[in-house]
This record gives sequence, C-alpha cells and structure tokens, in this order.
Amino acid sequence: MITRHSEFLNGIKAELPILMGVVPFGLIYGVAARSAGIPPLAGQSMSFIVFAGSAQFVTAQLIGAGVPAGIIILTGFIVNLRHALYSASLAPYLKRLNIRWRMLLAYLLTDEAYAVAITHYQKPGDISRKHWYFLGAGLALWSTWQASTAIGIVLGNQLPASWSLDFALPLTFIALVVPNLKDRAGTAAAATAGIVAILTAGLPYKLGLIVATFAGISIGIFLESMKSKRTMVLKGEDGAGQIRSIVETPVGCPGATTIEHTDKEGK
Amino acid sequence: MMTPLVLWLTLIYIGLLTFAIRLSFITIFGRREIPSFLQSTLRFVPVAVLSAIIFPALFLYGNKLDLSVSNTRLLAGILAAIVAWRTKNVLSTIVVGMVVLWLLQVFVK
Repeated sequence: MITRHSEFLNGIKAELPILMGVVPFGLIYGVAARSAGIPPLAGQSMSFIVFAGSAQFVTAQLIGAGVPAGIIILTGFIVNLRHALYSASLAPYLKRLNIRWRMLLAYLLTDEAYAVAITHYQKPGDISRKHWYFLGAGLALWSTWQASTAIGIVLGNQLPASWSLDFALPLTFIALVVPNLKDRAGTAAAATAGIVAILTAGLPYKLGLIVATFAGISIGIFLESMKSKRTMVLKGEDGAGQIRSIVETPVGCPGATTIEHTDKEGK
Repeated sequence: MMTPLVLWLTLIYIGLLTFAIRLSFITIFGRREIPSFLQSTLRFVPVAVLSAIIFPALFLYGNKLDLSVSNTRLLAGILAAIVAWRTKNVLSTIVVGMVVLWLLQVFVK
C-alpha cells in the first residue's frame, strides 16, 4: 500500500528536475526586484504573497518602470489567469478534500507543481492519498523559490550580467509551451500571441502583453469553432473515418510535463 | 517609484487575485461541470500568455526586432524549442538553451 509518507516523498522527487530551472529563475527575480528599486523586504514578501514566478518578474519590471498600480495589478491578473485552467483541471480530483486542504493546495498551485501533480493524478491507482504527492511537489517548489529569490535579493547586482541568468525564464516557458502545441488552434494561438507581443512591444505600460494574450486566445477560439463546424459537416458526409484525421490525439508521455489537462473532451 | 503603502497594497492585491484564481474552480466548481465554453477559452490562456513573454525575449534586442545571426538568444531559443519538442523534458531544454547561449556569446564576441 502506498502511504502518505511515500506519496509525499515521491512528490518531492518528481519536482526535483524542475527545480533546476527554478533556481536561476528565482535568483534573477531577486536581482530584478532589487534593480527595480523594490526594498528587499517587499521583494521577498512578494515571493510569499504572490508566489508566481512570471507574474512577480513582470510586476517587478513594471514597478521599476513607474507604471501606475492599477495597470500593474491588471497585468498580474492576466498573467496569472492561466492558473484558472489548472484549477479547473485539478478540481475533480480534489473535491473530496476539506476546505483547508483545498486552500493550501490552491496556494501552492503553480505551473511547475501543476505539471507534476496532474501527471500523477492521471496515472491509474488509488487517488485517496495523492494530495500528499501534490503537497510534496508544491512544498519542494515553494521552499526552493523562497530560498532562491532571497539569495537573488541579497546578491543583487553582484551576479554578473554576462551569465544571462534572465534567459532561464523564457527557456522554462519554452519547455512548458512547446510540448503542448498539439493542434492547429493551440499553435496558432501561441504564434499569434508571440507575434502581436513583438509588434506591440512599444506600447506604454507593457500593455502589449495583455493585447497579445487576448489576440492569441481569440485566434484559438476562432479556429476551434471553425474546426468543430468542419467536423460536424464531415460527420454528416463521410462518417467517423474522416473525423479521426482532424482530431489529433493528445500525446501522453510518462514523465512529460504538461501544462494543460489534455483536451480530450469536447473535440 | 511608488510609495511604500501603494507598493504593499499592489503586492497584496496581486496576491489575493492570484489566490482567488487558483482556488476558483477547486472550490466553486468542485461539484459541478465546468462550462465547455469556459474550458475551451481557458485552454488557450497558458500558451498565449507564455508565448507573449517568450517571443519578445527571443526576437527583440532593446525593443527592436533583431533577426540577424548575432542574435544569440534567438538561436539558443530555437535550439531549446527543438529539444523541448523532441524530449518534452524541462531540464534538458533549460540546460541546452543556457549552454548554447554561453557558447554563442563566447564566439560572437
């Protein structure tokens, strides 16, 4: 029988490879917070209060650029909106937990913890103790994040710029996004958001990020609705054989990091 | 720079909003089905937000488009994306991306 204890330890173990990317990211957040003029205590508190790497990074940049608070909050909200997807995809597995457990796991729900937790939940087996696995993964990430951002804040500008540690951020995101580009709508959403982000980079207050995100989502929804129409037409004319060629099956790979709860429903 | 009060309030607001987003479905929709429209919309949020952060980091140099061979971040990013696609492994992607960037920086300079 799998005990709570072994679930917890396995969760920590599963999180370890991802932590390699989290450490440089945390360091560079600390450096960015300092160079944005955020006092050390506030910078470290952000790791505790917000606990979301990309949002913290963007927030630090915006504070440094003197952007009004309302726009910073809106941008932080948009950047973190993707967590609603993670919340939705984990909800069915967590519904038997009490509110304290749900609040604790919600606080720990980051890209990196989600990726590991959902992979474990989707494996066959008794789910009654799998929240301990989630907790292990979440706490491993949480403590690594707190420690690495604290070191970054203390070191401040002593880390040489030539190490290009800030590049760990886009690299982590590449690692999370690319394996999830499974269909045309998702790929088009990513490409559109990326291109619009480049075109709107000159907008004040970094509003380009919001504009680009909405552009990407709109294209994705548009192509998805086109596809479901086409699938219906084909269903009428040719039967199931044709449909299979359009609906791509999500690639499930053990140990792989998925940021989405696969899109098998509704397609 | 904003005043300390505004700074702390900003952090607290973002923290509360983030927590509310993360808790949303886990609590509200715990017993109900998530509307399919919402689910298909949310599906595109991660790839869109993350791509909107990735692309400028690779293609822009000081807010200007740089497609030249000397754009070391673009080359390292493309190689990292190929590694991510083939291996689906976070660690290999980061390691390959960083090492390629460091090597290119040595050679390009």
